[in-house]
Amino acid sequence: MEVFLQQLINGITLGSIYGLIAIGYTMVFGIIGMVNFAHGDLFMVSAFIALIAFLILTTWLGIASIALALFIVLIVAMLFTSLVNWVIERVAYRPLRGSFRLAPLISAIGMSIFLSNFVQVSQGPRNKPIPPMVQGEFVLLTRNDYAVTLSYKQLIIWGVTAVLLAAFWYLVAKTKLGRAQRACEQDQKMAALVGVDVDRTISMTFVIAAALAAVAGTMYLMYYGVVTFSDGFVPGVKAFTAAVLGGIGSLPGAVIGGILIGLIETMWSAYFSIDYKDVAAFSVLAITLIFLPQGLFGRPDVEKV
Amino acid sequence: MADGAPVTRVELARALRDAGFTALLTFGLLLPLIGFQTVTDFRNNLIVIARWPLLFAIVAIVGAGRLAFSLAVEPRLKQRKLRPIAAAPSPWHAAVAKWFGPFAIGFVIVYPPLVIALNGFGGAVKWIDNFGIQILIYVMLGWGLNIVVGLAGLLDLGYVAFYAVGAYSYALLAKTFGFSFWLLLPLSGILSSFWGVLLGFPVLRLRGDYLAIVTLAFGEIIRLVIINWVDLTNGYAGITGIPRPTLFGIPFTADDDGFAAVFGLEFSPLYRVIFLYYIILSLAFLTAFVTVRLRRLPVGRAWEALREDEIACRSLGINTTNTKLTAFAMGAMFAGFAGSFFATRQGFISPESFTFLESATILSIVVLGGMGSQIGVAIAAIVMIGGTEIMRELDFLKQIFGPTFDPTQYRMLLFGFAMVLIMIWRPRGLIATREPSVFLKERKSISADLIGEGHG
Repeated sequence: MEVFLQQLINGITLGSIYGLIAIGYTMVFGIIGMVNFAHGDLFMVSAFIALIAFLILTTWLGIASIALALFIVLIVAMLFTSLVNWVIERVAYRPLRGSFRLAPLISAIGMSIFLSNFVQVSQGPRNKPIPPMVQGEFVLLTRNDYAVTLSYKQLIIWGVTAVLLAAFWYLVAKTKLGRAQRACEQDQKMAALVGVDVDRTISMTFVIAAALAAVAGTMYLMYYGVVTFSDGFVPGVKAFTAAVLGGIGSLPGAVIGGILIGLIETMWSAYFSIDYKDVAAFSVLAITLIFLPQGLFGRPDVEKV
Repeated sequence: MADGAPVTRVELARALRDAGFTALLTFGLLLPLIGFQTVTDFRNNLIVIARWPLLFAIVAIVGAGRLAFSLAVEPRLKQRKLRPIAAAPSPWHAAVAKWFGPFAIGFVIVYPPLVIALNGFGGAVKWIDNFGIQILIYVMLGWGLNIVVGLAGLLDLGYVAFYAVGAYSYALLAKTFGFSFWLLLPLSGILSSFWGVLLGFPVLRLRGDYLAIVTLAFGEIIRLVIINWVDLTNGYAGITGIPRPTLFGIPFTADDDGFAAVFGLEFSPLYRVIFLYYIILSLAFLTAFVTVRLRRLPVGRAWEALREDEIACRSLGINTTNTKLTAFAMGAMFAGFAGSFFATRQGFISPESFTFLESATILSIVVLGGMGSQIGVAIAAIVMIGGTEIMRELDFLKQIFGPTFDPTQYRMLLFGFAMVLIMIWRPRGLIATREPSVFLKERKSISADLIGEGHG
């Protein structure tokens, strides 16, 4: 029971990170129908930007307050990652819009290879560990010498994720940009006819996706305290699994899917075997796609002749 | 300017503005990752150092490049657009198209003696092994995947799994039971295609990107199982000492009964390399030949029909599941052949060789070559694999950038970049037109725009 509770806490934390990345996949897929393969690597790039910003703040500028440093790191990472994704969309995906279906996918795979190797070349192939940013934990209950804890960093991740999701939900549901996005999702030509700037809306979608990936990247760095150039692929695929599980195109689905994947992964590691935890995640992906392709909250895909 | 007209002030101002904007954008993009570097200091702490000269050099180069582009290249591009399009393709073009295939086949057959004649005995190993065999493996894998992606229109991102099954089947069976390469080659093909059917069966009702993602998941699952099933596969450490192929029982060793001794030659590792070269060449030819013949059989026509329109196929009574499964099994079988060849060539295999990156490489070769085009796939394999191999040879760059400069580091960086560029330049691949396998009255090549998109 205690183990279960602890794994529940860990799983939700991990799942929040996956959920944030998954939103990027689901939004981009919803609006231009493309699996953005480079999104996982973008997440890794954002973790690196956060790492560098954090080191500059603490070692060069000597900011002692971790809360302030973390806040600035978050903003900096979001800004630069958004810029990167904005350029990627302009350079690698926009020329291929309306081209044949495989072209953007291959372009995205190329971009993914490019990003991870760019980081490897520019920052070196070794692991980048940093001293723990946030320490300390609440002990929720102790029984039979097993303490169920909720660490401060887990609490921060929950809090940041919840606040950002609320802000993001507001953006999509209540603002003009969100309305334009939903319109483009349904019918780009028609949206353009009634005066929606489709190109700008798609660019903004990529920017928002990148900003959320940057939040995930910063949280990942804070949680694990280490990042390396190859860290993008596996979290990327798991986040994609989360998006599929929640129903691709559905925003609450992406978050719930992320938390489910996080829970499945931690529970599997705790109760079965830690070696096969990635197998579990990939199996969930395959099983969902085979038996429930529209996911938990997605619309069924109607085949038109 | 092309015709010598002076640059107007408006144009100059616009070019300067564009260049300034591009430079600013580059600065913003590269500031975090090029401007600063994280290094480990002597106390083993991670510190960050600034690289301003490098950053500003790159920004200046990009800005200047953009300025030169808007002043010199863009006006020419505009003029070219105004020029009328040439009416008929020249006869030279047709002659190249007609003779390219036979010439290429002749060239690859005489390639080893040619290289030996040019480079001598010692220098030839590198050229035959790193370039010849390496590229031919990818040509063969590309042609195998071409059946699945190019003909049947099923997007497969886990193709490397079948390559891995082939390699591990050969390695394990040869080491455990001591069977020969020639027995295990068909056997590993059969095992791979068995896995193709097994994995294909549940997933084939999915379409397009979803199918791609599920195949990716299966590919990763197989790799993770190989990593974690240490008793069988020895995990990350891989399998060493895999038996090498023999010529009718004559091994290519320096022993008394080795190839060199039997034929009274001086021992050289080159003989084995040449032998392996011709094995993979014949395997690749086999793949191409089977594909070309299959396209004319009912099943091949069904594949292509399936790629164009699945719903129409179903309404005409084609069993789409069986048709897809045969394509999957065929593709997997050739991957299995290539895998067992890979195992015997290396003598060592580990899960490192079967990552997602390999699948992405093979798929990109197929798409860059132009899906369905045999020659296009071969050219794409030569460009992408040969290009990255050539990066190993560029030692002269060390004289420009200093001795610490290592061009091989940039191999995959440029590989990814090239994928994006080629897609933007030719989204349909290098060879985008197709010869129809069935035609009415007259054979015409089909423009890329008319080819269906493979909704399978």
